[in-house]
Parts: sequence; C-alpha cells; structure tokens
Amino acid sequence: MDGPVLRAQGLAKEFRGFRAVDGVDLDVAEGSVHALVGPNGAGKTTLFNLLTGFLKPSAGRILLGDRDLTGRRPEQVARLGVARSFQITSLFPQLTPREHLELALAGATRLTWRFWRSDRLLGRYAGRAAELLDQVGLTAHAATPAGTLAYGHKRALELALALALDPRVLLLDEPTAGMGAEDIDRTVELVRKVRAGRTVVMVEHNMSVVSSLADRVTVLQSGKVLVEGPYAEIRHDPRVISAYLGDPHAED
Amino acid sequence: MIASRPAARPLLLATGLLLALALPWMVYPPVALDIACWALFAAALDLLLGFTGLLSFGHAAFWGTSAYVAGLIALRSGLPFPVAVLGGAASAALLALPIGYLSVRLRGIYFAMVTLAFAQMVYFVVNQWRGLTGGENGLQGVPRELFGLDLSDSFLFYYAGLPLVLLGFLAVWRIVRSPFGRVLASIRDNPARAQALGYPVDRYRLLAFVLSAALSGLAGGLFAVGHGFASLENVYWTTSGQVVMMVVLGGIGTLWGGVLGAALVVLLNDYLVTSGFEGIGIVTGAIFVIIVLVFRRGVWGTARDLVRPRSGGGRRDRPPGEADGTPARPQGVGSPV
Ligand SMILES: Nc1ncnc2c1ncn2[C@@H]1O[C@H](COP(=O)(O)OP(=O)(O)OP(=O)(O)O)[C@@H](O)[C@H]1O
Ligand SMILES: [Mg+2]
Repeated sequence: MDGPVLRAQGLAKEFRGFRAVDGVDLDVAEGSVHALVGPNGAGKTTLFNLLTGFLKPSAGRILLGDRDLTGRRPEQVARLGVARSFQITSLFPQLTPREHLELALAGATRLTWRFWRSDRLLGRYAGRAAELLDQVGLTAHAATPAGTLAYGHKRALELALALALDPRVLLLDEPTAGMGAEDIDRTVELVRKVRAGRTVVMVEHNMSVVSSLADRVTVLQSGKVLVEGPYAEIRHDPRVISAYLGDPHAED
Repeated sequence: MIASRPAARPLLLATGLLLALALPWMVYPPVALDIACWALFAAALDLLLGFTGLLSFGHAAFWGTSAYVAGLIALRSGLPFPVAVLGGAASAALLALPIGYLSVRLRGIYFAMVTLAFAQMVYFVVNQWRGLTGGENGLQGVPRELFGLDLSDSFLFYYAGLPLVLLGFLAVWRIVRSPFGRVLASIRDNPARAQALGYPVDRYRLLAFVLSAALSGLAGGLFAVGHGFASLENVYWTTSGQVVMMVVLGGIGTLWGGVLGAALVVLLNDYLVTSGFEGIGIVTGAIFVIIVLVFRRGVWGTARDLVRPRSGGGRRDRPPGEADGTPARPQGVGSPV
C-alpha cells in the first residue's frame, strides 16, 4: 500500500454552532479499504458529505493525491474520481435500474447534452449496465422502476451506481445497512472484488463486515477521531469499547 | 393505457394533428391561432416545470420580448414573417442566458420570485423605451409578409403559422425524449444523486431554461405577428401567470395537458369577452381553483391515470414530487450547495 490518496486535514463542519465534524485528520492509503465507524451521530455521514463536496467545510482541507478538493462541487469531485453511495438510498424512483446505470455511465460523455437526439442512444451503455446489474444481483429487476424495488435491491443499485463511475476512491455509506445475511455476504464479496485498483472508504456498523474487509479503521466520536489503526488493534482499545463497541457481541 | 401503449401514441398524435388542422373551422380563426400559440407556450413552460422541476413565473419576458423583436423585424425589414418569428425566438433565448444563469441556482419559490422580478424588469424597460416599443401604444401595424402572398385573412394565416407551432412541438417532444431530457428528469427527481453521478446540475438546468425560453419566444413572436401588434400585456406578469395556469390546469409534465389547458383558457376567455362579461378574472380564477382541487394532476393527468393501471409505463411523464416509494433526499444534504 502506497501513500495517502485521500486526505482530510483539520476538517470541520459546524451547523449553527453545533460541530458535527470537529477537526478530523484522515489519511486513506492508496489501494486500502478504510472503515469509518462510530456511534450514531458521530459525524460519519457529514464527513462523507464534506469529502464529496455536498457540504462546504467550515475549516480544513481535502486532498485527492496532490489535488485540492476543498470547495469543489459534488459533480467535480465525482469526475475527479471520488464516487459515493448514500446511506439513505437516493435513487430516481421512476427510472429502472438499467436506466440508472445508463445515466451513470453516460455522465462523463457529451452524449447527455444532445437534446436533438433520441434517448435510445443511451442504449449504447446497455452492455456495461448489464454487467454491473449482474455483479450486484439485479439482473432480474433491470426493468422495474426503482421506486418499487425491495429495500435490499435498492441498496444493491445504490452500490452499482457508485461502481458505474469506475472511481479511484469509492465512498460507501453503510452499504449493508438493513440487508439480510445473504445480501451482506454478496456485498462483502463484491467489495472485495471491486477494490482491486481502487481505494474504498466505508462507513459500516457491522463489525464482521469491518473485520473481514478493512485494512484500517478510524473510529469517530462526536465529530472527532477517537482512535485509528488496524481492526485487530482498535477492537481491544478500551476507549473504543466504551464509546461504540459497548456490546461485546457487536464484535462478531 | 392511452398514452403509454406504443400503439396508442401515433393515434393520439394523429388526433392532435387533425384537430390542429380543423381548428379554424371549429372556432373563430384568430382564436384558433391564439390557442395554437398559447398551447406551444404552455408546452415550453412545461418543459421547465414538468420535466426539469423549475417553476418560472417570468416567462412573459420571453414570450413578450420575442413579440416585440419579431414585430420590429417584420416592421422594419419587411422580411418574411417566419424569419421575424425565428428572430424573436432567438432574442428570447439570448435574454434567457443571463436571467437563467442568475436564477437556476435557486430553488422552489425563490426561483419563481427571481424569474418574476426579472420579467418585471423587462416590462419596465419595454415600457420606458418608447422610441423603439411605442410604450403604452405598443407596436402597431406589424405586417404578415410571406413572399408577397396575401395573408391578411386570419383563416389563411393560421395555416401559414401552424408549421412554426408544429415545429415547436416537435422540438419539445424531442427534447423530452432525448439523452438530455433523461438527465433533466433525473435532476428533477433527485438533483443530489445526479450531482453524485457527475452531472453539473445547474448547467443542465440553464440549457433547459434557454430552450424553454426560445420555444416560448417562437410562440410569442407568432402571436404578435398574428395579431398585427405587440403590446405591453405580452410582457406583463399576468401573461406569466396565465401560462402557468394553463399547464397546471391541463396537468404538469404531460405536454398534452398544457395544450388542453391552453385551449380551455383561451376559449373561456373568448367566450367571456364576447358575452360582455366584466369579471373574467373571477370566473377563470374560480374554475382554476375548482379544477386544481378536483383533478389534482390536472385534467389530462387525471384522465390519463384513470385509463391506465397505476404501475404502468410513461413513468417519466409523472410530475415531480409524486414519485412512489423512496424518499428522494439523501441524508445530511441540507444546505443549498
Ligand atoms: N444538515 C444538518 N443540519 C444540522 N445538523 C446536522 C445536519 N446533518 C447532520 N447533522 C447533525 O450532525 C450530527 C452528525 O450526523 P451524521 O449524519 O454525520 O452522523 P453519522 O455518524 O452518519 O450517524 P449515523 O450512524 O446515524 O448515520 C448529528 O447530530 C446530526 O443531527
Ligand atoms: Mg450516517
């Protein structure tokens, strides 16, 4: 594993006097899977929103390699190679999974400006879209409007959308939240497969997922970094246990 | 299944075309042209309201600016009237660039208010610039030149102008069903997700705004040439309000709905005016309120939902905020970014 690909330096976000993210330093090593854990309200999602430009930091800097990402808009961040999934599934309810992926795949091209051509042209991405749908197990639902998909399928589509951008850094906000054991296993396998050649940062409450995937773990509490290190080290840290892993069963 | 089954679409289209061709036989020809122009105006507004999710309350600026520019071109150059109308449409698009640039970043009611404010500024300029616009007198005696043909008969002029209207409808239809239109629909339904996919949302909105303005201008320019004059009413806020009313009446995001709404409002206005009734605003207002309360998706939208099973196709035609299922907002994306 090489130097950091994504760095946050003194990153802070204040909501009307409340510091949801409070001076976070984060170095994500190139090629690693980096887990972000912490109790509810610790600021994990807010940190993701800062890293992807959805929120403007009150203080601090964000670097992608040696490029400054601070203050960039979400679409710029996405185009520079940082893609995200949303904790609360965020889809286009009236579009089918296939149409979602066509949109994601076409995003970087000039095709999407062509208002004088037929939208059937988006079908040129059907092949790649089918591959992605297959990867996340959505082939059977390729033509169902996303609004009517089952919860687990929506989560799968959420993941496929981020993957479709083929990002250098993939930010996943609780990709397995609310999934059954089978779907969790598939998601873990999928992350394992797609991590090749990229870096993954994931917010994850499920400790068995963290232990099986993460190279490093950052524990957030009240907007601050509590501990950082390999899973094997932090799992026994008394501060972590009292802050988050309070329930010993949560470890397995 | 009417609008969704592929076989029903050409049928609907043929019916629409036939009605468009027969219209001057059914109603007083100048009224027929009014219906055609307002229908295109409504479709152009729906491109923004129904398919992009932006409620403009200042579209009179584009309709009216084009009315004056088309009128001036026709008056001063003697060029064929389609050239004047297209020139008007181009001027509307040009005007939409700065207005759109400054307003598409705003949301909801703020967008509506800012577009209204810009339209009021346009009104002010048109009213003040008497030397060019004729001030309160408007622009009188706009000719209908077309290679020396005599188009003074409004029955004939309807058919001379109809191709421009149909061209406009074709453009709206194409835009809505283009790759760009797909992006617009996704931006309407979930802008944050579109951004996360790399789409510069405001730039797509800006292009939609400019296209909508150009098509509104096409309609407004033809309206002015058809009437033979451009007046302050063309740029007045009531014009902006009336076209919004037509789209809401007919059904947001349905295209056909705007056409229906335009026909209803124009015919009603005409009926009330010719019957010498004084309180036109009261009647149209009351009808508007009743229809909106009874048909929540407008006349067309409601009728379409009745003949079609709920889960059927035509998904992209549904108005914003009525999507089933998922909450469209991602968590923690609260501030306008
Ligand atoms: N837009 C906002 N405005 C005000 N407060 C916010 C906003 N977004 C988040 N917060 C607050 O910031 C804190 C951190 O929220 P955040 O969503 O980042 O937590 P989280 O670590 O992702 O929690 P969870 O595990 O529940 O997802 C919470 O107290 C939340 O209420
Ligand atoms: Mg969260």
